[in-house]
Amino acid sequence: MMETVVSIKPLLAILTSLLVIPVILSSRTPNIRETWTFTAAIIKFLLVASMIPIVLAGGSIEYTIALVLPAVAIKLRVDSLGLLFAMVASFLWIITSAYSIGYMRKLREHSQTRYYCFFALSLSATIGVAFSANLLTMYLFYEMLSLATYPLVTHHQDREARSSGRKYLTYILGTSIGLVLPAMLIVFQSSGTLEFSPGGIIPDTMSPVMVTVLFFFLVFGFAKAGVMPFHAWLPAAMVAPTPVSALLHAVAVVKVGVFCVLRVVTAIFGVHRMDAFHLDTILCATAAVTIVASSLIALSQDGLKRRLAFSTIGQLSYILLGGALLSKSGMTGGFLHIAMHAFGKITLFFCAGAIFVSTGIKNISQMAGIGRRMPITMAAFFIGALSVIGLPPCGGFISKWYLLLGTIEAHRIGMLVVLLGSSLLNAAYFLPVVYRAFFCTENEALFEKKIVEAPVWCLAPLMLTAICSVILFFYPQPFLRLARIGVQAIMGGY
Amino acid sequence: MTMDAFTTFVISKYNYWAVVVLIMIGLYAMIAKQNLVKKIIGMNIFQTAIILFYVSSGAKSGGATIPIILNAHGEDGIPVRAMDYINPLPHVLMLTAIVVSVATLGVALSLVLKIYNQYGTLEEDEIRLKIQKEAYKSLH
Amino acid sequence: MKEHFPALIVVTPLIMALLVSAMSWLNKKLCFPTTVLALLVSLLSSIGLLLRVMSEGTVRYRLGGWSPPWGIAYEADHLNGLILVVVSLAAFLNLIGSKALVAKEFDQKEGPFYTLYLLFVTGLLGILVTGDAFNLYVLLEIASLSGYALIGMGNGRASLAGLNYVFMGTIGASFYLLGIGYLYLATGSLNMADISAILPGILPSNVVFLAFLLCLSGMLIKMAFFPLHGWLPNAYTHAFSTASSLVAPLTTKVMIYVMIRISFFVFPPAFVLTGVDISGALVWFAVVAMVMGSVLALSQKRLKRMLAYIIVAEVGYMVGGFWLGNRLGMNGAILHIANDVMMTLCVFLAAGAISYKINDDRFSALQGIFRKMPFTMAFFMIGALSIIGVPPTCGFFSKWYLISGGIAAGQYGFVAALLFSSLVNAVLFFRIVEIGYYEPFPEGHHAHHARSGPKGGMAEAPLGMLVSLGITAGLLIVMGIYSGDIVNNIIQFAVPL
Repeated sequence: MMETVVSIKPLLAILTSLLVIPVILSSRTPNIRETWTFTAAIIKFLLVASMIPIVLAGGSIEYTIALVLPAVAIKLRVDSLGLLFAMVASFLWIITSAYSIGYMRKLREHSQTRYYCFFALSLSATIGVAFSANLLTMYLFYEMLSLATYPLVTHHQDREARSSGRKYLTYILGTSIGLVLPAMLIVFQSSGTLEFSPGGIIPDTMSPVMVTVLFFFLVFGFAKAGVMPFHAWLPAAMVAPTPVSALLHAVAVVKVGVFCVLRVVTAIFGVHRMDAFHLDTILCATAAVTIVASSLIALSQDGLKRRLAFSTIGQLSYILLGGALLSKSGMTGGFLHIAMHAFGKITLFFCAGAIFVSTGIKNISQMAGIGRRMPITMAAFFIGALSVIGLPPCGGFISKWYLLLGTIEAHRIGMLVVLLGSSLLNAAYFLPVVYRAFFCTENEALFEKKIVEAPVWCLAPLMLTAICSVILFFYPQPFLRLARIGVQAIMGGY
Repeated sequence: MTMDAFTTFVISKYNYWAVVVLIMIGLYAMIAKQNLVKKIIGMNIFQTAIILFYVSSGAKSGGATIPIILNAHGEDGIPVRAMDYINPLPHVLMLTAIVVSVATLGVALSLVLKIYNQYGTLEEDEIRLKIQKEAYKSLH
Repeated sequence: MKEHFPALIVVTPLIMALLVSAMSWLNKKLCFPTTVLALLVSLLSSIGLLLRVMSEGTVRYRLGGWSPPWGIAYEADHLNGLILVVVSLAAFLNLIGSKALVAKEFDQKEGPFYTLYLLFVTGLLGILVTGDAFNLYVLLEIASLSGYALIGMGNGRASLAGLNYVFMGTIGASFYLLGIGYLYLATGSLNMADISAILPGILPSNVVFLAFLLCLSGMLIKMAFFPLHGWLPNAYTHAFSTASSLVAPLTTKVMIYVMIRISFFVFPPAFVLTGVDISGALVWFAVVAMVMGSVLALSQKRLKRMLAYIIVAEVGYMVGGFWLGNRLGMNGAILHIANDVMMTLCVFLAAGAISYKINDDRFSALQGIFRKMPFTMAFFMIGALSIIGVPPTCGFFSKWYLISGGIAAGQYGFVAALLFSSLVNAVLFFRIVEIGYYEPFPEGHHAHHARSGPKGGMAEAPLGMLVSLGITAGLLIVMGIYSGDIVNNIIQFAVPL
């Protein structure tokens, strides 16, 4: 039915950032080092992008690396959903590399070489997850990502970083070793395979209790998805330098989490079984609780990055909700939201970082009138906020539109209310920031009316992502088509 | 089991009982004695008991003797009868085992010498006390 | 040449050991290259032997041309073929990696050290390749005696730890000897293949039963199976790093091999699994070993001592996996022998490199070690990840088989203990990361912004050390990625069921 091409391209796309590490390590000056990072990022993006035509034509690309267990190989398969995610991550890596230069140099951070190395490693792992053809490969890259991001999260190496790093690892390694690994073994024992397939691989003979237990293990085991109650690592991880928070904790790491959950839901359990065992309801309820609770918590956060973190937790559950709705529009919306939220949220993080670089301020309460000092940054912040809230003319609107359609298709009016209500909450925790930045009275303002923006290396990336957010509203391709093809494959016979 | 039967049981296998008793003595000394040399003596008794076990297992009743064959085969037309000779293999094996146990003794004694030079005593409890004191000193 | 591989593996290091001993009087500089040469010959012969086994099946070699059961036969099949390669490789890598450290720790005593090193390796390789039960005992004692001496050469408490090791080791070996004696009484043979052919005809027999129990308990002492592990932590902690990085990865694993060889290749598997009926109990002891090894490792404050307790837990993995009594578990146990040799070697080599630079392995001394020795610590972390069981390092894949075997056998306690011990291992190693990576803390708030360059600078271990450490760490990943091939081409033929 679908054409399958065997090509080494996906492996190359993963390896480009891995291979550049020795080069980064041996670079003599920071400029050469960053040039190599850029080169790798661009090559990686081009490699990923070059696979679009085949996938858009309905094909997929496969490559088997090694047969590690008798029936399981480390195998890559590029399908439309994986490609969608890989496109987002690899494109934003280019922009984040530029932003890193501005941010890290301005703040004169230490150990920048280590920083760039582990950043490259993280991206390898992210693309690896996106292109995994089976659960084992996905687990492998998932763990690799957990460990590669640890030195990034704890970059400052102080007491706060240590306690955050500890929390980060406890949540993420604890759940993956304690929950995913046994679940994966049980799946393998009972079905003899770990290969993702559109109809799922859980044997029909398995008891409903066991299926439900497995479901809980796998959904909560991928703690990077930030589903409550395994979300606490994300706010803690905000001690990282802002580029890390921007790319990893708004795009790569957390989306890897939701991507893994969606893969498991659609390709391990399968849409039919989700419905038959009422697993979709469980997932909907979990997502809804996370969305509402995190939005409420976000309201009370004063640290800008912490507020963004809780917002991310809620937005991740939108994506999960899209998957749980088991309707075509809902799922399209969910997958599309991976891209749309990525562009919006990374803009917001970039802005938070730019503010910190320029003024050293982290808390919202100290940002009154900051629009007078940094108008471009705050304008971008406004666009990013609009996108995350889901208002036109920003990309976030499109994905949210599909999600809303999906709730109606699935006859889950409760979820419709949750989505609309949480959008209001989103507006409630973002717009006051923007409002107070621009429209505060003279004596409230904490900044002089003198434009001092962050360095251009910081400013250009955030402008770019903000513009991208807007463009995605008018021209959501190729993400929309990729999501549609993917959903068609998953929902085909449903 | 009557007393008689028991006595026969013990006496008929007296070599094994001797081995068991020796092993127990050896193990007891290795575990219970504080003096390191006595422990080593216990270890040797233990090893010797096993050597004894092997050697006695090669014995045969009925006048079997050491396997120095007087009549090479074919000489007088008298066939060599295995039952006339004790089994030589365990003895040969035990030559090696004796060498091993002597070597073990050598290593153990040289370690004991090192310990004596270091701590000035061979009593294990006193050595442990000294180690604890050292550890305490290095902490404070 | 090709047909003499089994003998070359053992005889070369033995003869070279004597040569090195003599050489140390004449020219100390020649000791190291001679040792390298000897182990290289052993390594290459092992590889050649494994390739032969893979193409022709079991290779039999008559030592001195005497035919079994009278002469000593050397036999290589897939099981010992694989472990021979791993053990000789580990001994070789450790030799290359510890040259600088030997010169420092065994100043003026390099000659005796290399002699003992070769004798130790001779013993272990001999144990692996021999097909004769009594010959195994002799080689066991060769390995043990040189091991005692290597351990006892250390400073401080090493001699007392070494003496305790002598006592426990002798008890273990003597039990084995006694068991072989019983077996000889029952079968009249010492050749393993011969015994295994005779035994089914004379079962059930109390003598054979006792012989099995004696051999097994001897091996359990020798491999430091909990609660018979008392000798191990002290011995490996107080010995010089070079000695412990040789003895620690190899001894326990070779003893586990002997347990497998005796239990399933000498005694009939059916008799051992159902007639003796202790596999269930041993799995539960293994569970206790894993849990207690991990918990005791948590309470240690010295790097080498912590690693020693991890070995105690790892022994539990392998013993438990083997006694699950199904193919998956045994697959896992055999694969884990190979993997564990390499990963233990990796972390012990790193510990050696650390002690070369800072002369101390207490946790408090490890502050800032990541900045000082980034490459050593990177390789150490790969070893650590393998011990935790993170893919694609090899530790993950053996754990996969072990857990699958546990599930298939319905031993959920074993599965839980494995997962528990993995999580504890994660805590253990990331505690070292926390000490080495964060501490000492920078002064004042935002002090990190000022910390532009590495404080104190880099002070890496010598190149030879780094190279062999790097190769070992790389092998962990290579063995992980190719573990499917290893299992399909070698281990599945080695599983005795």
